[in-house]
Amino acid sequence: MIYAEILAGGKGSRMGNINMPKQFLTLNNVPIIIHTIEKFLLNDRFEKILVIAPKEWINHTYNILNKHIQEIDRVIVIEGGYDRNDSIMSGVKYIEDNFGLNEDDIIVTHDSVRPFLTHRIIEENIEAALKFGAVDTVIEAIDTIIQSDDKDVITEIPIRDTMFQGQTPQSFNIKKLVKHYSSLLEEEKKILTDACKIFTIKGDKVKLVKGEVFNIKITTPYDFKVAKAFIQGWDSND
Amino acid sequence: MINQVYRLVSPRQFEITYKDKTLLTNEDFVVIRPLYLSICAADQRYYTGSRGKEVMRKKLPMSLIHEGVGKVVYDPRKMLPVGTMVVMIPNSPVESDDIIAENYLTTSKFLSSGYDGFMQDYVFLNRNRLVEVPNGINPIVAAMTELFTIAMHAITRFESKSHNRRDTFGVWGDGNLGFITSLILKKKYKDSKVIIFGKTEYKLNNFSFVDEVYEIDKIPEDLIINHGFECVGGKGSQYAINQIIDCISPEGTISILGVSEYPIELNTRMILEKGITMIGSSRSGREDFVMSIDFMKAYPEVVDYLQTLIGEVHEVKTISDINKAFEQDLKTSWGKTIMDWKI
Repeated sequence: MIYAEILAGGKGSRMGNINMPKQFLTLNNVPIIIHTIEKFLLNDRFEKILVIAPKEWINHTYNILNKHIQEIDRVIVIEGGYDRNDSIMSGVKYIEDNFGLNEDDIIVTHDSVRPFLTHRIIEENIEAALKFGAVDTVIEAIDTIIQSDDKDVITEIPIRDTMFQGQTPQSFNIKKLVKHYSSLLEEEKKILTDACKIFTIKGDKVKLVKGEVFNIKITTPYDFKVAKAFIQGWDSND
Repeated sequence: MINQVYRLVSPRQFEITYKDKTLLTNEDFVVIRPLYLSICAADQRYYTGSRGKEVMRKKLPMSLIHEGVGKVVYDPRKMLPVGTMVVMIPNSPVESDDIIAENYLTTSKFLSSGYDGFMQDYVFLNRNRLVEVPNGINPIVAAMTELFTIAMHAITRFESKSHNRRDTFGVWGDGNLGFITSLILKKKYKDSKVIIFGKTEYKLNNFSFVDEVYEIDKIPEDLIINHGFECVGGKGSQYAINQIIDCISPEGTISILGVSEYPIELNTRMILEKGITMIGSSRSGREDFVMSIDFMKAYPEVVDYLQTLIGEVHEVKTISDINKAFEQDLKTSWGKTIMDWKI
């Protein structure tokens, strides 16, 4: 089985003074998260599409789903965990409890605030996850990456050609993910901000899928402006 | 949903634009994921900028491609199962008329000419703009259906407007359209003679199913045809049509299929003297698509012949892949260039 998991646990602290998490802000009168879920709905390979939201926003999420999408029988909204990986695991637990886990089940996890992803990115994630067990979506680093351990002076300047910027989706063989995650110590879990790192620290390879520069994560007022400019820049040739 | 639309913004330059498309609407639409898209000469006229500055300024930015096959990914009314393979009809009428066919109504929209074509992440089309592809037809061949419908449409018009003596047909033009027109004629009129007239020997060698083949500078003087089809286009259509006028017997019809950017000169004296009927035809409508798919179903060998028209199939994952496909198509002298739409 192939599952999608839309991560909408964020509360939008970087978006400034707003009254709701950024994934619920509207782009062209439609909440960002709806734009994102619709892209997944158009792919029939997904058995279920899990949406991981903060507990207090679950009702609101269902409300907007009902308002903007006719068919939501494949969509399930569930409560998130205390951090990103814990939220991913809430989805995994839901799958395990309700559908059981098979050896080749995979999950395509995606930020709810990246509504610009494409059919290709989703398809390549599915294919690579089925084949390799773990996938990260990346673009080549545009700016030179500077590493500074003390945030004051440069520790190192890695060679740019080997640097990539991580996007989502990140996709995994669910059984492998569960196995690796459960073998982590609590301290390790706390410092892991990225799900792919669960695989790398366990010595498993993570396949790269090419993302898109425009597959942006809308987290700041600046990103929001850029996103608005993207979709308002068209003309009447439709 | 935010839909990526890949548009030509100036000659040889594509850019992505993003269009908000809701899945919640009262219109009877179906969402299609394009699978294979076929490049047409009309697309190339935009791509290379040969449509002229004014047309380019008026129509761009615009997504190209009007020949393609896709699969249903969402049907709000659940009439077409998800995964159904369909041919997409680029002509989009907004009214109907008892006399004028949908492709001649000036109000009709044609996708990839003034309106975005099929180079999109998802294509939203009205249900009646889709024709289901039966099992067993190669999807790449199905992607060329629109071109097939052009010939089908012209032949249907010919049948309704011409006299019944149909012993000998002449088809001018050794390209893809000439090939398909000859093929349909040969299948429909088994006992008639179909003669192909062309310029290039190696292209003419592909027409092994016709009765006679002539290079246009070696046409016997006593050769007579009942009806002619011009599938040349451009300046060449002038010479082709005048040759047809010379070869055709009185009261015959000449069907004109080739597009020319400029007006051409014709031997009107002989058109008058022979009482020739000229039939113009352009594009096609839903009926032609249904007839074409039925024809392919009825004559599986036609699908095999069409398979020989598949030139190169380019996997397209990036904008530069689109450019590569268009550039390669320009260098290709025979067959259709297909984009395997993986972007």
